[in-house]
Amino acid sequence: MSDAEAHAFDADMRRVNRKKAVEGRSVIFKIKRCDGPGKPNRWESFKVPVEQGANVISSLKLIAANPITTEGTKTTPVVWDSGCLEEVCGACTMVINGRVRQSCSCLIDEYAPLEGDVITLEPMSKFPVIRDLWVDRDRLFNALTRVKAWVPIDGTYNMGAGPKESPDHQQMRYALSECMSCGCCLEACPQYNKEEDPEKWDTSFVGAHAISQARLFNEHGTGKRLKGERYDALSGPGGVNDCGNAQNCVKVCPKGIPLTESIGAVGRGTTVHAIKRFFEGKK
Amino acid sequence: MADEKRVIVVGGGLAGLAASVRIAEAGVPVDLFSMVPVKRSHSVCAQGGINACNEVARQQGYSEYQHFDETLIGGDFLNDQHPVLEMANWAPKIIDLLDRMGVPFNRSSEGFRDLRLFGGSLFKRTHFAGATTGQQLLYALDEQTRRFAAEGKVNKMEFWEFLWPITEGEGEDKRCVGIVAQDMRTMQIRSFRADAVVMATGGCGLVFGKSTNSIICTGGAASRCYQAGAWYGNPEMIQVHPTAIPGADKCRLMSESARGEGGRVWVPKKKGDTRRPNDIPENERYYILEERYPKYGNLVPRDIATREIFDVCVNEGMGINGTNQVYLDLTHRDPEYLTQKLGGIMDIYEKFVGDDPRYTPMRIFPAVHYTMGGLWTTYTPGDYQPDQPMGEHKPGNPIPIDAQLGHGLTIGAHNNAMTNLKGLYAFGEVNFAYHGATRLGANALLSCIFDGLCNGVSVVNYVREGVEAPASELPQTLFDQAEKSEQDKHDKIMSSVNTGKGDQALNPYQIANELGEEMNAASTVVKTGPRLEKCLAKLDELWDRYTRMELGDGAMWTNQSLSFARSVGDMIILGEAIAKAGLLREESRGSHYRTDFPERDDDKFWKASVAKFNSDTNKSDIEFMPVKAGLVKLRPRNYGKVDSGTNKEKIPPKQVAEAKA
Repeated sequence: MSDAEAHAFDADMRRVNRKKAVEGRSVIFKIKRCDGPGKPNRWESFKVPVEQGANVISSLKLIAANPITTEGTKTTPVVWDSGCLEEVCGACTMVINGRVRQSCSCLIDEYAPLEGDVITLEPMSKFPVIRDLWVDRDRLFNALTRVKAWVPIDGTYNMGAGPKESPDHQQMRYALSECMSCGCCLEACPQYNKEEDPEKWDTSFVGAHAISQARLFNEHGTGKRLKGERYDALSGPGGVNDCGNAQNCVKVCPKGIPLTESIGAVGRGTTVHAIKRFFEGKK
Repeated sequence: MADEKRVIVVGGGLAGLAASVRIAEAGVPVDLFSMVPVKRSHSVCAQGGINACNEVARQQGYSEYQHFDETLIGGDFLNDQHPVLEMANWAPKIIDLLDRMGVPFNRSSEGFRDLRLFGGSLFKRTHFAGATTGQQLLYALDEQTRRFAAEGKVNKMEFWEFLWPITEGEGEDKRCVGIVAQDMRTMQIRSFRADAVVMATGGCGLVFGKSTNSIICTGGAASRCYQAGAWYGNPEMIQVHPTAIPGADKCRLMSESARGEGGRVWVPKKKGDTRRPNDIPENERYYILEERYPKYGNLVPRDIATREIFDVCVNEGMGINGTNQVYLDLTHRDPEYLTQKLGGIMDIYEKFVGDDPRYTPMRIFPAVHYTMGGLWTTYTPGDYQPDQPMGEHKPGNPIPIDAQLGHGLTIGAHNNAMTNLKGLYAFGEVNFAYHGATRLGANALLSCIFDGLCNGVSVVNYVREGVEAPASELPQTLFDQAEKSEQDKHDKIMSSVNTGKGDQALNPYQIANELGEEMNAASTVVKTGPRLEKCLAKLDELWDRYTRMELGDGAMWTNQSLSFARSVGDMIILGEAIAKAGLLREESRGSHYRTDFPERDDDKFWKASVAKFNSDTNKSDIEFMPVKAGLVKLRPRNYGKVDSGTNKEKIPPKQVAEAKA
């Protein structure tokens, strides 16, 4: 099955599930829990009634209000990260039934249509767990600093409009600019490994999201002034050459960002940049 | 650098980031506190756009002054007028700056910034980036903040929760000199010194349970400042957005831009019509807003659209299949066009409801959306001071001031956007000044960024010129006491763990649910005196249960239950001010609609309700203070309403549709 087919299959599957969803059912949440850094993992299951329009977040809220496991043991409320609940902030990313995605847009009808169906929740594995489903994604934001993901404006004083831009070019930049730093592309990437030591962040793989952000700012009239510095940052260890071309990133991106295109574009850019530097006698 | 003056900004949404960038740029170091990584702040949820006069509209007769005038009539004249004028004047420059920062604003075929229609105006004056404008604006400011952070000028304190403002001195000299905050991971509570503190902590949607707000929008931070002595203005002014999708965990917004791009609100003319919407012919549809408001049609301000939808569903029982839902229909527009202009919300609807709104009309209902009220603030007026307030401004008429020269504010005056506590500022949604009794669509992003950029200068000037004894030189005991006081409150909540027998009535999540249901029922679209009195009694009961609350998690590490439980108390206290001010405001104005007092009463209530926390009663004392006006005269607000809805055949729907095309 090709990626596109797999994607369509998933979407079809969810649509079918939604149609056969049984009203008034309860489903089981099997949740991987951990009390904090260095503490052991454990699994706990909860039986949760399904309200109309229920998603993983509304179910976790029900568990928090009455945290009793399927064995009847009273436990602590599950800890998780969330924000907007409409898939634009990126906070509530977790691994659901083995696949990374936002939990707010994960509708129970689509994943567990029948009485007693099981939904498994795990924290992302590429980031240190803070507690339960909440992970520390500092490294992800650090990568944005590493590639200087900003437009170097002169200042905030009034100096007229920015560069004019064609609608096509705007649409291209907008698509890249929808990245909400959720980390799905990193969780799915075989080259991106958990790294807890911040000292090593600047030399370990930067990840698809940051490469794509470098492309976004290279495409802006003023942003491209830092193109050289971005290519320098992406030429060394942990840069764009660490990409193993598995192409998992683009499959799991909830915003459909053309990450592999970005990796291709930045890869070519760094090569040209290196040749130019060579002829300038810089390295 | 111990003696260096510093500023604390609490909240990393648009207002907080704009303030941080502006203050850091001026050379004053900033400590930026946020409960979430700032890129995940609630500003990401804003969809439709940001208003500003622009060259196209200007040549059609629009002006900054007209924008100002629209904002006042939209707010039913409860806005502070001077800051609104200044905001409208700055708006075009703010758009230019955002453009330079790289915001991917939609473009016209020639490459200029595209524009769309929005509520409360007949001119295209809304700039947008798809239907995720807030997200795109927040990202641009997040990127600039990251740049300053990389240079060491902004120190981000993410996953820290604001607990209390620290003040020193008494009476007139009382001033804010820092905050107490808690690390949400390690649970450490500690104090931080600052020469000024900017609250940019947004609204309080969660007081109403399910709203369009993010999970962090409890209003907890604003409530804590209010309990510490900051006044809270117009608490009863809560905006209910007409078009949201009801959900199990929250109500998801369907942007006003859907109507700006041609979306039409309708219900079947036949009650309980079970046909699918696409099967109902045009002449059997009742286009609620177009028929009742032929001039503005679907683009009436939100409070009006909300009340009409409520009226049709609740009073007339004409909602779809007898439910409380109406259609928001875009299916007459080209699907490709919709993807380009509204892709973000098309996706949200499809993901959460399962239908594609390009082909099937959306089913929507109003939901709590925005907090017009907030911390009460002051300002120094600028040089535009007409002898007499102006009458209605007609588009195309010469504007009474030169938009470039006539200032609403004295830029950089120390007290601009400052609360009654010296050194404590309120920016963005938590500032009550701009939006009066209803906020116009696409004005929120503007007021947030305006506060940050314009009034950030006031913060810098105050810190540099107005602070004699730097916070860094104050005695440590002051900060230790504040820290201990918060630690004691924290320990008291923690001591409630497993004290009871699992009584659900004392569960903080249960108390919060009941609070949300009560506030939603009593204090949103339609209010009455008796219902609000009942609400206040319910809040007493909830407070009593809250004081005996039992916490379900005793962990000393990353205890979210504790943070939530603490905010439940703050929400009840804010809820009391909201309900009481609503009870005392015996009139209808903007979003505040009392069926027992259906008219606006300017003689008695052209006033801001100001809540002052009374620590003896644990409740609000409400005082009505004159609205700071003087630029524009009061006038009636009806947006050309023709009909109360009883005579629906008066204007044939088809004619309305043609007139609009």
